[in-house]
Amino acid sequence: MDAHLRELYQEIILDHSRHPRHFGTLTDANHRADGFNPLCGDKVSIYLKVNGEDRIEDIAFEGKGCAISVASASLMSEMLKGRKVDEAETLMGGFLELVKGGEGADLSDDDREYLEAMAGVSAFPMRVKSATLAWHAMKSALEGDGTAKTE
Amino acid sequence: MSALSLKPHLYDVEAIRQDFPILAREVHGRPLVYLDNAASAQKPKQVMNKITDFVTTEYSNVHRGVHFLSAAATDRYEAARGRVKTFLNAAHEDEIVWTRGGTEAINLVASSFLSPRLEPGDEIVLSVMEHHSNIVPWHFLRERQGASLRWVDVSDDGELDPEDVARAIGPNTKFVAITHMSNVLGTHTALKEIVRIAHERGIPVLADGCQASVHGKVDVRDLDVDFYVMTGHKLYGPTGIGVLYARKAHLKAMRPYQGGGEMIREVTKANVTYAEPPMRFEAGTPPIIEAVGLAAALDYLDSIGRDAAAAHENALARRAEAKLKALNGVRLIGEARDKGPIVSFETIGIHAHDLATILDREGVAVRAGHHCAQVLMERCGVVATARASFGLYNTEAEVDALVDAVQIARKVFA
Ligand SMILES: Cc1ncc(COP(=O)(O)O)c(C=O)c1O
Repeated sequence: MDAHLRELYQEIILDHSRHPRHFGTLTDANHRADGFNPLCGDKVSIYLKVNGEDRIEDIAFEGKGCAISVASASLMSEMLKGRKVDEAETLMGGFLELVKGGEGADLSDDDREYLEAMAGVSAFPMRVKSATLAWHAMKSALEGDGTAKTE
Repeated sequence: MSALSLKPHLYDVEAIRQDFPILAREVHGRPLVYLDNAASAQKPKQVMNKITDFVTTEYSNVHRGVHFLSAAATDRYEAARGRVKTFLNAAHEDEIVWTRGGTEAINLVASSFLSPRLEPGDEIVLSVMEHHSNIVPWHFLRERQGASLRWVDVSDDGELDPEDVARAIGPNTKFVAITHMSNVLGTHTALKEIVRIAHERGIPVLADGCQASVHGKVDVRDLDVDFYVMTGHKLYGPTGIGVLYARKAHLKAMRPYQGGGEMIREVTKANVTYAEPPMRFEAGTPPIIEAVGLAAALDYLDSIGRDAAAAHENALARRAEAKLKALNGVRLIGEARDKGPIVSFETIGIHAHDLATILDREGVAVRAGHHCAQVLMERCGVVATARASFGLYNTEAEVDALVDAVQIARKVFA
């Protein structure tokens, strides 16, 4: 197996895809959106509970998809819980850069280190959409328009 | 008689592979194992050379000029139409309409044949294993004209019982649109029987032959089918060209599809009259180079022998199925008795996209996804499958490479 593949399917990714964190729904969510990738049929629903101080108090997701899309949603949910809404946007920007082979210069060192597990996707351009689906859905949930498609 | 002469004619796959330069390339440092033939087939030198030769010596627009090249190009282009006629054993050359592909051929029938004949509440019968290109044009007629779609189910093995087509046909049925071979399950449908059943009830039939025409002989007169559709790029020919075969009587009764040059008899400020079929349906400059290339591809396929190629491909597919089944945790999707060289499968615990990514790094190209057949995916209860589809140049060693790569993927996900 080659190094790119090993990086893509590294242990963290496999672990998150097998045991996704925050998997399920949130009954008291005040933001939600569905993400759908029409190319491969991956589906994800994101639930967010944002409090009066614009902080993501709780987050959950459910859906069906490949290991990359599930792991990405799981990692995202871990990362965003407790963050402010405007931070979520910065994190998303940094994440999109990382999976397209960029630096993620706007990310803090801790955040970059955490998200770097997904950077292996950058060697697989056909799989970038799997990695970004949950993030796009999260963004539409926050913006309130309900559905997201990858590009 | 010597023992030698009793030997069956050998299928020399290594010689055939020499005709396809792309097969010699590597992918990610591994020899290419191209098993995505149902999506599109690679092109032999014979096709590329014919195109180069045509463009180098005789190319021009067709049916337009009086000059030398226009006549030469028109001859080549119309000879290609004749080649398709013999390929399908159609009765007349003017029953062959060029289109941009299989998709356009079906849209043409929906819009020029069926649409003007439909009343709200009329029914169109189709199977759950159709490709989106044999579903969406009929959905258009549902949306725009109030037609309703009647779906014929398949068995868990992926077989389509012609009697179920008979049961789906009711007093309001106006049309049957059915695949001749599923691009996902590989099921070869009993088309001749389906046509007989539909005709008994006075219903015309369109067969989507985009897959079946690649794997074995097709005789539209024997099938007695009304419309038969092929697409060039799956037949080892160029992209951008497809074929609609339609009975002369239907074509004569059909309204034009697109408007433009070539498809008219006379245009005035007040009026327009149309050319006879097939030109009535071929507005604009047609795919001239592609037609010449497609004719060369059909020559190529017949030089190998369509039945010999199909036997070779089917043997590879059955070998792949047996080996994949022997691995724990692989489920075949589509096990019809009469099946072409298309093998869809699910690897338990590994999503098709992850599997295809890992296979690709081993040089093995398969398709993963819904294969433009979401209705079928829903019927099978899956979101996506992996699909290995075989062409006339594939080998037993490539089947084994596929199976080895699947095992590597299982190790990654173990
Ligand atoms: C069964 C079937 N029908 C129709 C089509 C459409 O052909 P094309 O995309 O060349 O128009 C395809 C291939 O994509 C197919 O597999």
